[in-house]
Parts: sequence; structure tokens; C-alpha cells
Amino acid sequence: MAMQAPADEALIGRIARGDRLAMQVLFARHHVQIYRFVLRLLRDEMAAEDVIGEVFLDVWRQADRFEGRSAVSTWLIAIARFKALSMLRKRRDVGLDEETAEAIEEPSDDPERAVAKQDKGEKLRRCLASLSREHREVIDLVYYHEKSVEEVARIVGIPQNTVKTRMFYARKKLGELCRMAGIDRGWP
Amino acid sequence: MIASDNAREPTELEMLLPWYAAGTLRRRDRQRVEEALRNDADLARQVDLVREEFSETIHFNETLGAPPPRVLDRLMASIDAETARKRVPGAIANWLTGYFANLSPRTLAMAASFAVLAIALQGFMLVDIFTKPQSEISGYGLSGEHHGTFATVRFVRQANAGEITNFLQDYQATLVDGPTPGGVYKVRLGVTSLAKEELVRIVQRMRRERIVETADADE
Repeated sequence: MAMQAPADEALIGRIARGDRLAMQVLFARHHVQIYRFVLRLLRDEMAAEDVIGEVFLDVWRQADRFEGRSAVSTWLIAIARFKALSMLRKRRDVGLDEETAEAIEEPSDDPERAVAKQDKGEKLRRCLASLSREHREVIDLVYYHEKSVEEVARIVGIPQNTVKTRMFYARKKLGELCRMAGIDRGWP
Repeated sequence: MIASDNAREPTELEMLLPWYAAGTLRRRDRQRVEEALRNDADLARQVDLVREEFSETIHFNETLGAPPPRVLDRLMASIDAETARKRVPGAIANWLTGYFANLSPRTLAMAASFAVLAIALQGFMLVDIFTKPQSEISGYGLSGEHHGTFATVRFVRQANAGEITNFLQDYQATLVDGPTPGGVYKVRLGVTSLAKEELVRIVQRMRRERIVETADADE
């Protein structure tokens, strides 16, 4: 009989009692997805690494306060999001605002300029990268992290109806970028 | 039915399609969407677009890679530092012993042991600094440390010796002087002169550290 992996909630309970091994298991289970979520927000690998470390250190410190009102992965993403946005705010304070960072790190994001030779999938992925932070965040949460309307609302801290409309307009913007890149998807 | 008119507000069902495609819709809403799809060709076409976006978003995220193993190493070192601090106040030396015991064999290679020893010494120095009243701290300047590339750093008040030791290790930095009356330490980043751009990049990264209040190049 296959050994069943402990549920995330059980791992959190063990972490709250100071179990280092449980911490490593939880890290192994979630760190890649959390890293990718943060990297999409920050667009800076070193900064994303730093945030990941801080997120899991917070889990170690606050595991006894986890109430189980949401999935552990939702809790982790919410912590990661808070820390990533704090870092963005701090960057703005030192004069490196988000748009500047984006312009430096992804200079070829403009779908009009850079995608003529690429296939449809590649073009669409470039358009995904070109979305605003708010739009790429909601698209990642729904499609990649498979979060429900309620979970996205909890993570982002907005009403459920706003989650739905934000996702709709993110998709609409994606469609517009695709059209600019030469992909006619028939919508919007 | 969905209209192609861009100015029109989206319907509730249209807005639910991404969650329908992702399989994260509540049963009742999923049934509503399925029922509408049977009678609305435009809505069904919209689902095809959503599935295409869904697939490419996953593909895109999967190409982003993963963080390197050092992230876990650093995390566990920080956890060990906290645990040691809670267990026996002031027993940073015990933490250092445990920390070194947990390092991988590769890290424990002979070549690294000199660096580790230097870091340990700085750790003890920092314990001393943090346990003395500010008035008694007159400076920890080390003789013969005048060559190389330097930065000045002020740590947040909550930073403990273990965290600062980790910080120095991460940046392969050496504490050479401080604190000044303003609480600023001078650290050496390399024995040779680094390029100005490299120094700026390191200092900018330092400024993002949780335990750093200010960091500047010391040219």
C-alpha cells in the first residue's frame, strides 16, 4: 500500500510544534509555484528568491496562527503577494518604480515590435507577459494556480464580483494585445 | 448570448468561463454554465478562447524555472538561528555549531572552512556588539582592511546577530568598521575594486533585504 503524504494542514501543525522536516516538506511542495507567482509580480529573480525565503520564514514563525479558513497554498500566496508588493513599494521609494523595472527587464515586451516571426502560442505568451501587474496576477491565480473566485478574492483582498470583472477585463486586454500582435482571435 | 459590442457589460456567465475551464467553479455555477453552453454557440466559442489562454498561461509559467537550492539553505539557517535564540538567550555559539553541522559536505570542503571561521568570528563580534550598551561601543575597526570595495550598512533595530551573520555570508562581506554613532557599519565586499555597476547592483540588492535600513557604496 502506498504511503499517503501528509496534508498541508497536518504539516502546518507539525511546523507549529517546531518540526524542521515538516518545514522542508512544505517548502518542497510549494516553493516553485510561489516563486513563479512572485517572479511574475516582481520580474526580478534575485528579489523573488528573497521573498520566497521570507514567506517560508513567516510560515515557521506564524504556523500556530494558521486557522485553516483557506487552503495552505492560498495562505502562502497571500503572504507572498503582501511581501512582493511591499518590495515594489520600497523600490518606488528608492526611485526604481515598477514600470521602470519592467522597461529595463523586458524591453521587447511590446507585441507590435517583437513577435512577427513567432507562432501563435509564443505570441500569446508574450502578450501574457505584457499585461499590467493587476491583470497578469489575476490570470495567473485563476489559470496557473487554479484558485476559485473566493480564493482570489481572499488573496487579493477585493470583493468576489470585482475578481470576476477584473478577470474579464484582463482577458479582454489580452485579446487586444493579441490583435496588435497580429493574432485575430475574434474577440474582443 | 455574448455580443461583440465592446462597450457592453459582460454577463455573469461570461465572467465565470475562466473558472469553468479551470475546473474551480462551484457545482451550481458549473451546471448553469453547462446548460447555457448547450444553447449558445458564441459562449461555446468563448470557452475555446479561454482554454487556449489557460493552456498558454500554464506553459508560460512552467518556463519560469525554479529557485536555486540556496534559498532552502538560507531558510533553514535562518530557522536554526531563530530556534537557537529562543531556546537559550545569548547562545548564538550553539546555533553556529548546529548550523555548521547541517551544512552539506560540499560546503564543508576545506577551501570554505577559512571563510566559515571568519564568519563565525564576526558572529561572536556581533553578539558582543548587540549585548553592549551603545555608549560602550567604540568601534570594531580591523587593522589592514584598507584595500578593496566597501559599502556602509545600517541594520534595522530588530536585526539579530544570526541574521546579520547570514547577511554577511550571503554577500561574502567582511565587517571592517563600526558602528558609527549613527549605527552604521562598514563592510568590505571584495579585496579588489569591483566595477562601479557591480557595486551599485550589490548595494541595491542589499537595500531590499529585510534587515537593512540603509545601504550605500563607500567609494
